[in-house]
Amino acid sequence: MLNNREDGGFFEKLKKGLEKTRKSLAESVNTMIFGEKVIDSDLFEELEAILVSADVGPVFTHELIEDMKETVMRKDLKNPETLKRILMEHMTLILKSTDAPLTIRRNGPYAIMVVGVNGTGKTTTIGKLAYDLKRQGHAVMLVAADTFRAAAIEQLGIWGQRVDVPLIKQKMGSDPSAVVYDAVQAALSRKTDVMIIDTAGRLHTKSNLMEELKKMKRIMGRELPGAPHEVLLVLDATTGQNAIVQAKIFNDEIGITGIVLTKLDGTSKGGIVVRIAKELRIPLRYIGIGEGLDDLRPFNSEEFVKAIFE
Amino acid sequence: MFESLTEKLDPIFRKLKGRGRLDEENVRQAMKDIRMALLEADVNFKVVKDFTEDVRSRAVGQEVFESITPGQQIVKIVHDRLVELMGGGSSHLRLANRFPAPIMLVGLQGCGKTTTAAKLAHHLSEKGRRVSLVSADIYRPAAIEQLKILAKELGAGFFEPRDLGDAVRICVEAIGEAHAKGYDTVIIDTAGRLHIDSEMMEELKRIQNAVNPSEILLVADAMSGQDAVSVAERFNELLGIDGVILTKMDGDARGGAALSVKAVTGKPIKFVGMGEKVDAIEVFHPERMASRILGMGDILTLVEKAQFAVDEKEARELEKKIRQDSFSLEDFRNQLTQIKKMGSLKDMLGMIPGLGKMKALKNVEPDEKELVRTAAIIDSMTRKERLNYQIIDGQRRKRIALGSGTTVQDVNRLLKNYAEMRKIMKKMTKGGMKSLRKGNFPF
Ligand SMILES: Nc1nc2c(ncn2[C@@H]2O[C@H](COP(=O)(O)OP(=O)(O)OP(=O)(O)O)[C@@H](O)[C@H]2O)c(=O)[nH]1
Ligand SMILES: [Mg+2]
Repeated sequence: MLNNREDGGFFEKLKKGLEKTRKSLAESVNTMIFGEKVIDSDLFEELEAILVSADVGPVFTHELIEDMKETVMRKDLKNPETLKRILMEHMTLILKSTDAPLTIRRNGPYAIMVVGVNGTGKTTTIGKLAYDLKRQGHAVMLVAADTFRAAAIEQLGIWGQRVDVPLIKQKMGSDPSAVVYDAVQAALSRKTDVMIIDTAGRLHTKSNLMEELKKMKRIMGRELPGAPHEVLLVLDATTGQNAIVQAKIFNDEIGITGIVLTKLDGTSKGGIVVRIAKELRIPLRYIGIGEGLDDLRPFNSEEFVKAIFE
Repeated sequence: MFESLTEKLDPIFRKLKGRGRLDEENVRQAMKDIRMALLEADVNFKVVKDFTEDVRSRAVGQEVFESITPGQQIVKIVHDRLVELMGGGSSHLRLANRFPAPIMLVGLQGCGKTTTAAKLAHHLSEKGRRVSLVSADIYRPAAIEQLKILAKELGAGFFEPRDLGDAVRICVEAIGEAHAKGYDTVIIDTAGRLHIDSEMMEELKRIQNAVNPSEILLVADAMSGQDAVSVAERFNELLGIDGVILTKMDGDARGGAALSVKAVTGKPIKFVGMGEKVDAIEVFHPERMASRILGMGDILTLVEKAQFAVDEKEARELEKKIRQDSFSLEDFRNQLTQIKKMGSLKDMLGMIPGLGKMKALKNVEPDEKELVRTAAIIDSMTRKERLNYQIIDGQRRKRIALGSGTTVQDVNRLLKNYAEMRKIMKKMTKGGMKSLRKGNFPF
């Protein structure tokens, strides 16, 4: 699975990853447009179906559709294609307000803490991110602060070997804050540029586990002023409306500075990010489009929306 | 946040209350809200469409009961239909006629297969089966190691693959070894894969053909969105799954995927995963799931249940008190007497919209042994103390402890729990008011 993916350039790959999304969304939009369609209530219903099926969320979809209806009235629109363009622009604009690339500050270790609910793709994303940052010339270090899940340390260790970057770890079951403490000391003495901290998956509803994250964050900040510089929340594109709750609570509890949306190579549409961008304004940093080292992409609103609609 | 669907629906039916039948128009209006609630709960768009149509036709023409509001009645119809649709089929695993009986777990990446494999092993071991685990995940780093650690923790068997070349061969060899070692069940954990990855799906088919599993279970994340249907559909088409395990149910996702998956596969949801520990697995309860999807405490059940034990008026009184933040220790004491008849206090509270979801209730529910002690403590208070707990100072605590044959710590704990409970109730009331103003749904 890891080694048999050909590299087809960003556009191709993104499009391939979003193939099904593109098909369902764009095909429906296109039949809508190239059929005998006019702008009527049927059209809006179809549009609603498309957005809701893309996990944009019913309430937010309703808002978007109402906006469109107003626009149609105000501008006296007749052409469904113009309507589609306006919807795309509107969605792009919402996303654009938050698509900011991750930029690494160069003086002293830059700490990236990676959090999220169970199984969203944290560890894999860390592997890919380490690969990307190393290629950019940063000295990267991985930190195995998931001391809870069985073989989590080994899993991150394998990614460390693949990317060829050092790993800071302790025994399974040890205090993740202690691992973080060690890691900061190591990063300082080894002149590491970027340390990426893997944390155990946890449901946002478990307050004791959220406390654990806060403690890790506190220790990090104490040992390395300003750290963590980036707290990445990893969201799974197959998640439905709960993703917004996850984003809200993780943000309230520990402060999220960026989001990674994984598993966009499946058939899930990931439409929830539009709602997240609108409601929470947390920068969207990356998307995950596979399990290989090379399958992490910077989030780009225009291309995201285009790949969906074209 | 905690506005219940019934409250939302009641205005639609206000005119109707206490007379006539549910008609086209008001049912249609109610269905709009039901539809939005279901969609917000991640029930698939198409499934929602069919479902609301089905319920609409059932509801129209029904006579309006005197006892409950038409809004409640509609929700009850919706609820009952959800239960009906998600129920049926049992959690029973058909393992009897094979030795060893292979169980194969399949699903997307990150849905919780490995943890579920361990939980299932635990569950079956408790039932007296001898279980061995095998990982066919030769792809994800340390996946095999993860299962191995879990198997060791459980004291279950584990098949150590000789080489990692071929997932199918690993499974076949694992069955052989299990047979030789006298295990009666083999749980196969497969690699997570995309349902559109034809090569990887083909691998599952080959495993199926090679070991002919007694049960193939699809593991699905309770947080899944709209796409859960295409995933379930594809896995079911290819493999003919026998059932579904819904994971991460200890979170706060509304879990509409449960309905979606059942709707497209027709296969029963057999178990739910409720946490990360190996014993956090339960059989599936369609009623609980229905209430959860609708995002409501089951006020109807509350009323129904209350009729058996206390009279309805008393239950309503309790609800009112909770909402008004005037739930005194005396009320608490009254509840304790009812508990034996009514199921636990937590159940009772869980039926009130908004309260059911509060995790903190876990800590305030007195355990069985504590009930007697708690009653004794409250009985040793004066009425004045029971009505206003804040006057209970150190002196009084000592007296109460002495009078009830308990310790001051016991009294302290009770008062702390009680105060905590009031705080939760207050929070819930405030949340209810706020969302009411915004006219939002309870999500
Ligand atoms: N198809 C696909 N799979 C992914 C992607 N990212 C991660 N995965 C897979 O999802 C599964 C879970 O990934 P992990 O990285 O272990 O997730 P995690 O969040 O670290 O999991 P926990 O630490 O157990 O909470 C693995 O099988 C990964 O290979 C992606 O972008 N696309
Ligand atoms: Mg991990």
